[in-house]
Amino acid sequence: MSALTPVSRTPVSFYVPVVALAGAFAGLLVGTAQGSSLLGVIGGAILMAAAAYLTTQVVQAERPSRWALIVMGALAGLVIGGIAAALIGAFFGWFFGWFTFWLYEGRYRAYVAPYLTPGQVLWHHTFRMICGAILIFLITPILVVMPLSFNAEDFFTFTPEMLRFDPAGYSLKHYEDFFTNSDWQGALANSVKIAPMATLLSVSFGTLAAIGLSQPHVPFRRAIMAILISPMIVPLIISAAGMYFFYSRIGLQGTYIGVVLAHAALGIPFVIITVTATLVGFDNSLTRAAANMGAGPVTTFFRVQMPLILPGVISGGLFAFITSFDEVVVVLFVGSAGQKTLPWQMFTGLREQISPTILAVATILVILSIALLTVVELLRRRSERLRGMSPA
Amino acid sequence: MTDAAQDNGQMLAADGKPLKSSLNRALRRQKLRALALIAPLLIFVLITFIAPIADMLFRSVENQIVSDTLPRTTEALADWDGDTGEIPSPEVFKALYTDMFIAQERKLHTRLGSRLNYELTGISSLFRKSGRRVEDMGEVYQDQFEDLNDFWKDSETWNALMGSDAWLAEQAAWDETSDSRQPQFELREEIEGLLPQTAATFEIFADFVQNDDEDNLANEDPWALVYSALYDDLIVEPDISGYAGPGSAELLEAMAAVRSFETVDYPAAFEEVDEDWHSIPVWQTIQTYSPDFTSGYFLNSVDMKKSPDGPVIRPEDEQIYIKLFIRTLFMSLVITGSCILLGYPVAWLLANLPARTANLLMILVLLPFWTSLLVRTSAWKVMLQQQGVVNDTLVWLGLVADDSRLALINNQTGTIIAMTHILLPFMILPLYSVMKTIPPSYLRAAKSLGATNWTAFWRVYFPQSVPGIGAGSILVFILAIGYYITPELVGGTTGTFISNRIAYHISSSLNWGLAAALGAILLALVLALYWAYDKIVGIDNVKLGG
Repeated sequence: MSALTPVSRTPVSFYVPVVALAGAFAGLLVGTAQGSSLLGVIGGAILMAAAAYLTTQVVQAERPSRWALIVMGALAGLVIGGIAAALIGAFFGWFFGWFTFWLYEGRYRAYVAPYLTPGQVLWHHTFRMICGAILIFLITPILVVMPLSFNAEDFFTFTPEMLRFDPAGYSLKHYEDFFTNSDWQGALANSVKIAPMATLLSVSFGTLAAIGLSQPHVPFRRAIMAILISPMIVPLIISAAGMYFFYSRIGLQGTYIGVVLAHAALGIPFVIITVTATLVGFDNSLTRAAANMGAGPVTTFFRVQMPLILPGVISGGLFAFITSFDEVVVVLFVGSAGQKTLPWQMFTGLREQISPTILAVATILVILSIALLTVVELLRRRSERLRGMSPA
Repeated sequence: MTDAAQDNGQMLAADGKPLKSSLNRALRRQKLRALALIAPLLIFVLITFIAPIADMLFRSVENQIVSDTLPRTTEALADWDGDTGEIPSPEVFKALYTDMFIAQERKLHTRLGSRLNYELTGISSLFRKSGRRVEDMGEVYQDQFEDLNDFWKDSETWNALMGSDAWLAEQAAWDETSDSRQPQFELREEIEGLLPQTAATFEIFADFVQNDDEDNLANEDPWALVYSALYDDLIVEPDISGYAGPGSAELLEAMAAVRSFETVDYPAAFEEVDEDWHSIPVWQTIQTYSPDFTSGYFLNSVDMKKSPDGPVIRPEDEQIYIKLFIRTLFMSLVITGSCILLGYPVAWLLANLPARTANLLMILVLLPFWTSLLVRTSAWKVMLQQQGVVNDTLVWLGLVADDSRLALINNQTGTIIAMTHILLPFMILPLYSVMKTIPPSYLRAAKSLGATNWTAFWRVYFPQSVPGIGAGSILVFILAIGYYITPELVGGTTGTFISNRIAYHISSSLNWGLAAALGAILLALVLALYWAYDKIVGIDNVKLGG
């Protein structure tokens, strides 16, 4: 975004106190961690105010000053508490360098509307900070799990070795456990056996039905839609309870087929929703044209309709796959020990003997979901492009 | 069609049929084609999903176990009135003896015991105990018959007496070691008329030996129950003079002897097993739960119980479910509230940032959305522990003393934090799609007309974003009240939901009926909310992943 407002330098009486305030806050954190909050507050405020004044009024060169602050922060951190603290110190140095010049040069006004009052500008930035904090809240659990999975100890927190970036504090032993332990490997094998089958079932039935549903005249359309979507709406525990009762009546409880059928049922709404959404933009004159040129319904489907809706079908299939691959409540009831899937193994692991191998598995699953997310996003774009090509 | 039709002004299609009916036929064919495409999936979902739900609803009222296991007792008990303070008549006890004997042979009495134990504590052990002792009661008659004549000792002679000639011949020809089926037992017709009770009991016995145990009937001595039935048949002195089949002489001899037999006083015998059999509440419980369908499970799930005088509220210390429902609803509300609080600013930011930056930040929302639920729950479990990352950070910062680390897990706080995080994307995405449609010029217009920031937001922007809040809230709320995994793992005892109770009743306490009733109530709640969602947003507008 281009700048909205021309910027101008601000007076010393504005930015030095603000930087001092931020310094006091940082000093509070460092001070309490070192045992004396008051000293930290005063020290931080004075130090940062002095640094701000020196860099802007005496040195007057932005680039070298900011580098100097980073180096000094890192050195201070190193003296207080080793490599990890040095990194934090460098971060503090970078932040204060940036913050000082951001205020001094008046850059904070560059991207807000020129007519805003100072209060509104302050609110604008506070609001961004709040949003940043919420986004950090969203992503932290995932970010914390990843480094913890390389822990050399069986702890669930960062050990001092890890914080010192000591290579001895890190190891791949939890990954090794995952790849060698027969429990985990069995669970992985089961997941890999169940999820694709369930996906195949829900995609093949779901695509057909979605094509049927998007025809112009479908009797009881709403009722049928409600029934087909219901597995997504009904709480999993109720689906699981019902399936447990019913499948044990007909002898499917505790069988591979039972779990596959249950997971297929849970995946169907996702296929229906994504495929019908793709079909909304589908031009029916294409199928008529194909029929006109002598193609049978099957040829028309596979050669004309299918390539166009394929992105929707695949992303529906991915949703169905992830539903089955992540699902634990239903398999817990419908399955037996022979169908123990990866999430089930994680669930028992978390409930009974909590072992850090779970974190290694979690990291692998996060990477898998990043891959899936990328694929779905690419497919969505491709689908939009394809639909854009067909005449409206 | 005829020319007359054409004269009426009807238009004809190329094949000469009226255009209207041609069009109708085409429309019908189109409808059929659509239905044919939908049918496989519809049938699939009906079988794999709707039928289980229906089965669960059925189980929440089904109660055939009592009348199936104790058919005679429940029938005999129908006229009994517990308010008179008198225990049931000896006939009821005799029926109980018969039912109990058969049930314990089939090992069904403990199941019934645990079923009735949900309603009155102590019945389970009563049934178990009685099951062990009921066999002794009948042996009084068995011993006397066997002392009278060796004829009554032997399975061969019993079979000869009770079985039809055709069956006896088949049975004799049957080779036990072969794979062929054992010939199914058939009653001797004369005996059925002469000794009805013995015949009926022996048939049950024969059926049990042949089909349940899959043993050779020729080698199995009858149950003690058969002897009691024989005694009951003979004591009324039926006219057996016309009978000349096998064992006619022994029957005559036995009929003469039974009058001097030592008899069994069933009420007293049962009292000896356990004096609870003479307590009114036990019998009232059996009577109350003898119908095939019961509202008992539903009453249980709202902390009430059936009594002879209709539904009553349970004592204070037994009330858990109403409290649990209220807690589930309350915590879901808190979670929904925190999701609105955290989701609204982020959605606003995403909707108002330039597309490139917004897409980048959207990844931060979508990544948790796509990450396995178990991964996120384990992350929170790890982070919120006493020795976990959050507490460690707080201690390091000096905000919390090392010896008073916060209890963030295994309580309501843990559930609320973790579930807010897990459900937040479901709030942000619908909010975002609604906010994306609100033109930013409205806000600017409001401000240029003199509104303050707050007025402009509250009077202009907020009302337009309410549909998004509604959609997100209902979605989050529906998901929250049915959650199981996260409360189970981070909720401890105080942070669990009704779904955890349902799971407990299915897998631990095995009170399936109650689990089904609780599930049915939860389902009704969710469907009501779903209906509201459909009214506000429409099912067709459900979108996935932004």
